[in-house]
Amino acid sequence: MAYKKRSDGRKFDELRPIEAKLGVIARADGSAYFKIGNTEAYAAVYGPRDLYPRFLQNPEKGVLRCSYGMMAFAGSGDRVRPGPSRRSTEISTVTQRALSPVIDLDEFPNAVVDVYIQLSQTDAGSRCAGICAASMALADAGIVMKDMVAAVAVGKIDKTMIVDLDYEEEAFEGEVADIPIAIIPSSGEYTLLQMDGRIEKEDLMKALELGKEVCKKIVKIQRETIRENFKRSEK
Amino acid sequence: MTKLMIKEREVVVPGDIIAEGMNYLPSTGTYRQGQHIMASRMGIMRLEGKVVKIIPLAGKYLPRRGDVIIGKIIDVNIMAWRVETNSAYSAMLSVKDGTSSFVRRGADLTRIYAIGDYIITKIINVTSQKLVDLTMRGPGLKKLDGGRIIKVTPTKVPRIIGKEGSMVVMIKSLTNCDIMVGQNGIVWIKGEPKDEILAVETIRKIEDESHVSGLTDKIKNFLESAKR
Repeated sequence: MAYKKRSDGRKFDELRPIEAKLGVIARADGSAYFKIGNTEAYAAVYGPRDLYPRFLQNPEKGVLRCSYGMMAFAGSGDRVRPGPSRRSTEISTVTQRALSPVIDLDEFPNAVVDVYIQLSQTDAGSRCAGICAASMALADAGIVMKDMVAAVAVGKIDKTMIVDLDYEEEAFEGEVADIPIAIIPSSGEYTLLQMDGRIEKEDLMKALELGKEVCKKIVKIQRETIRENFKRSEK
Repeated sequence: MTKLMIKEREVVVPGDIIAEGMNYLPSTGTYRQGQHIMASRMGIMRLEGKVVKIIPLAGKYLPRRGDVIIGKIIDVNIMAWRVETNSAYSAMLSVKDGTSSFVRRGADLTRIYAIGDYIITKIINVTSQKLVDLTMRGPGLKKLDGGRIIKVTPTKVPRIIGKEGSMVVMIKSLTNCDIMVGQNGIVWIKGEPKDEILAVETIRKIEDESHVSGLTDKIKNFLESAKR
């Protein structure tokens, strides 16, 4: 049973349709919305601001704190219990590590930048959508950062390399490798690399290269969205 | 080969390549990576001779020595007040710098500035750990009585003030309001309620259109038509 055609008719290296917006949450210092296929993420950034409890403070530079969560109705039908879980705690941590390398908080000792990510709909790839939204929201908040971060899942179903898996593909009966990655486009560094399933070394390298290419498309959309947001207000 | 990749006054996003080659110099909001000058903040690109810089469009206020800001008293200690500065850090106003009159030891400091009072004050020192010291000694530094407080994006304060204060002076005279703009993005407005509302509207308009050229004339027209 070889995987010859994708369930939604996409090409193997084609992303799902992307929609992005900036400044969706008025009260936040920066915010963004990022939708890829049926996965829909909101990110809000607050800060730099006071950090309490005090033992979390770092006197050398500011701290980035991320929180990932799915809304109660976001899954595939079962109610998602809100609040921290093993899964959301892990994703919060990897999101924080994916974003930290680009942001510069040296000017803000003892302070914190809070990033809140919530998903109102999920169809696989939610941590990647969350990272994409968060990086746009951080730029919107005026945080000093050396580049944007783009994230996508790559993988292998049977013998076929594919990008941006949806839930149906992730749950494919057979051999599946699902590899979410995040990339700093200007340097090509990977800031997130996780995997579900198994894959050969050569194929993994191929998958990463493929991911790098499609991340360029994502980061282009991120940049254009931010630019458009200000061109509109110029009129 | 040296060339600019982005036109002046255009919006840049972190990671954008602004210029190639060594003929340009990176300044605020930019950094050099190999042969490129890249943006490290979202903002408007500006070129001053060979110096490339970014005027940020968003961002929190960062306390700087010499800035005149509007703060709110949030706590009173034995010999000092703690002041909220609309940034990540609160500031300290000691009795020595807080008032020129003699204060006896153990006196009730809330008689001078109580919790919740707004003051216009000046930053005299900021340490590397962002401990901020304030003073009330200086022209125009005082407690603010009455009026209303609004918050604006701190990066847009220079536009609200205008060149040598031209914008704020114009708004003051056309709305008959007393207006103080703190570098930290807090604005105090006092006048007739109707005038205050007009002043708030005007400031919001400047904030929205801060990156448009010819703003002073536009705002003047807006105010004159609003008064009619």
